[in-house]
Amino acid sequence: MSESEHPVVFKDYTRRCLLVLLAVACMTAMMIATSFSSIGSGSWTPKVALILLIASVNAFVIAGFLMHLLSEKKLVYTILAFTVFFFIGLAGLTIWAMNDLPVGSAKH
Amino acid sequence: MEKTVQQFPPFREGSAPHQGHDDHGHQEHHEPGFWQKYIFSTDHKVIGIQYGLVALSFMLFGFFLMLCMRWSIAHPMKAMPFIGGILHSIVGSQMASPVKDASGTIIGYAMSPELYNSFGAMHGTIMVFLGVVPLAFAAFGNYVVPLMIGAPDMTFPRINMASFHAFFLGGVVMLVSFFIPGGAAQAGWTSYSPLASTIPTNGQAFWLVGMVLLITSSLLGAVNFIATIIQLRAPGMTWMRLPWFVWAQFVTAFILLLAFPPLEAAGVLQLMDNVAHTSFFLPTGLAVSGVVGQASGGGSPLLWQHLFWFLGHPEVYVLILPAMGIVIEVIANNTRKPIFGYKSLVYSSLGVGFLSFIVWAHHMYMTGMGQKIATFFQATTMIISIPSVIILTCMFLSLWGGSIRINTPMLFALGFLPMFGIGGLTGLPLGLAATDLYLHDTYYIIAHFHYVVAPGTIFGLFAGIYFWFPKMTGRKMNEFWGRVHFWCSLVFMNLVFMPMFAQGIKGMIRRMSDGGVNYSAARVPGAIDTLPGSVMELNGWILWAAIALGIAQIPFIINLFWSISHGEKVGTNPWSATTVDWQTPTPPPHGNFATEPHIVRGPYEYSVPGHTADFTPQSETVAAKNSTGHH
Amino acid sequence: MEIPYTVHKRADTGLYNAKLGIWLFLASEVMLFGGLFSAYILLRVGAGEGTWPHGWLDVRLGTINTILLALSAITTLLAWAALKVKEFGKFKFFHACTMLLALTFLGIKSYEYYDKFHHYEIQLNNGTIADGHFVEQSADFDLAKKTGTFTIHGHIVERHAELMDMRSDEAKKAKHEEHVIAAADIKHMENYSPRHNTFTAIYFTMSGLHALHILGGTLVIFYLWGPGSRMWKTDPERFTNRIEVSGLFWHFVDLVWVFLFPVLYLT
Repeated sequence: MSESEHPVVFKDYTRRCLLVLLAVACMTAMMIATSFSSIGSGSWTPKVALILLIASVNAFVIAGFLMHLLSEKKLVYTILAFTVFFFIGLAGLTIWAMNDLPVGSAKH
Repeated sequence: MEKTVQQFPPFREGSAPHQGHDDHGHQEHHEPGFWQKYIFSTDHKVIGIQYGLVALSFMLFGFFLMLCMRWSIAHPMKAMPFIGGILHSIVGSQMASPVKDASGTIIGYAMSPELYNSFGAMHGTIMVFLGVVPLAFAAFGNYVVPLMIGAPDMTFPRINMASFHAFFLGGVVMLVSFFIPGGAAQAGWTSYSPLASTIPTNGQAFWLVGMVLLITSSLLGAVNFIATIIQLRAPGMTWMRLPWFVWAQFVTAFILLLAFPPLEAAGVLQLMDNVAHTSFFLPTGLAVSGVVGQASGGGSPLLWQHLFWFLGHPEVYVLILPAMGIVIEVIANNTRKPIFGYKSLVYSSLGVGFLSFIVWAHHMYMTGMGQKIATFFQATTMIISIPSVIILTCMFLSLWGGSIRINTPMLFALGFLPMFGIGGLTGLPLGLAATDLYLHDTYYIIAHFHYVVAPGTIFGLFAGIYFWFPKMTGRKMNEFWGRVHFWCSLVFMNLVFMPMFAQGIKGMIRRMSDGGVNYSAARVPGAIDTLPGSVMELNGWILWAAIALGIAQIPFIINLFWSISHGEKVGTNPWSATTVDWQTPTPPPHGNFATEPHIVRGPYEYSVPGHTADFTPQSETVAAKNSTGHH
Repeated sequence: MEIPYTVHKRADTGLYNAKLGIWLFLASEVMLFGGLFSAYILLRVGAGEGTWPHGWLDVRLGTINTILLALSAITTLLAWAALKVKEFGKFKFFHACTMLLALTFLGIKSYEYYDKFHHYEIQLNNGTIADGHFVEQSADFDLAKKTGTFTIHGHIVERHAELMDMRSDEAKKAKHEEHVIAAADIKHMENYSPRHNTFTAIYFTMSGLHALHILGGTLVIFYLWGPGSRMWKTDPERFTNRIEVSGLFWHFVDLVWVFLFPVLYLT
């Protein structure tokens, strides 16, 4: 879609955009419903996990369709793959380091 | 042979050096004025030189800060000759303490510990972010990379200009912070919280704003470099035909692109801590000087360290890779033979770049880190030394069997090899937690990373300056004074940094404005593990070696400016080099190449058997003239 | 020599320069917000029992802003599609909508900030806590001299923990009314500014940085919509590319909000 490989037909395009908008609105509604639901009975952890899952799907729809990422070039995928890998490294290793304390240290 | 390599009319004095303009058509018909040509230029070569001159000035300034600190270490609270009075008039009595004789009259001014701290923090910041990175990455990258890949300019010339201006502004903010009440940042170049948020000076806020500007500049530069190398390679310039210098810059740009933003995030958070009094990095119940502060708490000081070192360690490779790239180019050119293990070099640089993102916490073994995570980071740290050693080994093996041509750039490149070797190998004990716990924050660490960066990277950069000076000006720098500069720098660098290994192993801690007097055997006789007199004495020797090192740079500075107008005139390819940057007119006009170069072979085709010349340039036209029946 | 591939794609990469440039820039943005989200995770995980607040932000306003941004993402795309089919008028219309939506977003965001800065937590000398929005203060109100009164619209709670979860049943049942508080009774008062606790700190920082991105994006779109659109006449293909590239940035800003909204408002 990104370049003029497929000529843009404005009507079709509008319809697709509206579908995406509808999907985003639905997922937002689902997140809000989850947030106010009694899932997990008082504990936030399952709710947070579910909400973040929906948010990830939502992000995928936006990146995939609105940013045309689904039909993007290999080079862009490569760059983004490295970026995501390093982000996971940053967040993951930092969280691991913060929770791995020397044997015998007092819990804080 | 000189004639055959000149594809284009050689540059003649007085004849329009801007002949490339014709190809630019609508862009510029008239000769641009001073401001447009030198200050708001979008030409990558001008921007490269802008970066180079500003970065060199900052390095000189950073060196001066260090000299003041060395005086304080060798002669704590003693009046500083000449400089003391000047410092006093700038920073006032609070920071430059008056020194009185027995009768009470002021005989001079000494550095206060606060001034020492701020000079220490700013020396590191300036040398790394305003000196070496702009010179190695931005200056050489800007000037050389487009020429080497056969491109007319960087991909985004105006973003390139914006990058330089953001850098310059960041530098100005850093400099201004010296003059505000309370002085510049004092929490070290690493700016650890909560120290950085509790020292009563706004210098830290200036530091953070300056850093945000510098990071923005680096990001713009990195985007530009990567896009240029990917998009603007001339026809035939495949990835495996790129000079290794370009590879080094490519990996460096990726490191800057992806490692710097977390520090920018951390900088924003610390700025909030300092200005909006949030507690991102301030723990609950933080007490300063015994008084519990007003901060809401709940933050994590270790978070700053993680975000800082996520950049901080890859930054080491940002400092070293471009210099290695220069050294490879100079060695290939002066051994007159292909570089050893080109593919190994390429994959090693990629490996170093990749691994540099997952080693950062080896700077944090002292923070109460668990055994599992420490093991992980020790393992990655040991693994990253493999590609680094491959690179160094390829450099050494490239010398094997070459008919080595000795000149100033080559001397600096050869000097780089053992100096970087010492720096790298002494890093191994620091990568292992057990030894690091002892050596952490001692002079051993100072010696280690200065061997990597000062006689390492900076020698590489000197080699680059001597090497590409003829391309920038059409003249060579003076060879005799170049050699004087090299030998003096080599000797005094080692005299400055080698003793620090001994001091560090003896347990002398860094960041002490009195050079460890209070831990010396002379001050506390009989206590165990005090610093013996022999170790303390080294402080005095290092001071003199540092001053001598400063004096050794004078021939370079004079040589640099004198040679612009008085150096020996040379043709477009004085070193008989193969890469495309030497196949342009000298200095290259706006747009660089009169016609698009076509690349037909690898970058280091020196002494190809059966050729009359001992070098075969990468571009096509020369090959046709030079030889038939090649490959 | 001219710089190649400013308009057309390079064969081996399939991209024109600006497209590659913006993706590289977005990669660095991922790491920027990635650093901030990492900080958020660590602050939240490291927060003591019951010290991380829930329900402090207005979900209704957040939802409206989410929809506004999603709509603006669509209009951005349609503006680009309009140029692809060479309808300049439609482009002008859709991007005008984009800017309008963006400004409305910023307006709502400012109102939310304003609301937080007028929201006070007042610890009283008798151990209870008054919490609510600023109504008025007497002319002689002075905390240091202990004179005058301070009026808020809100409620008074016994324990600080009750303020932390505004979604709890007791918080929902609480009656909000005007309370006049004498300065002499106040031990400590503080508004819900960034320094209030780590939640407000990360909320203001992340949403503030996001708002700056919205502002920057709006300025770029305004330039391309106004003076920059002259390029449509001289180099329509390049202009269309510019709209595409600025659109990619805009979608990324939307993407960040897609995570910010649940993380700050819903959990």
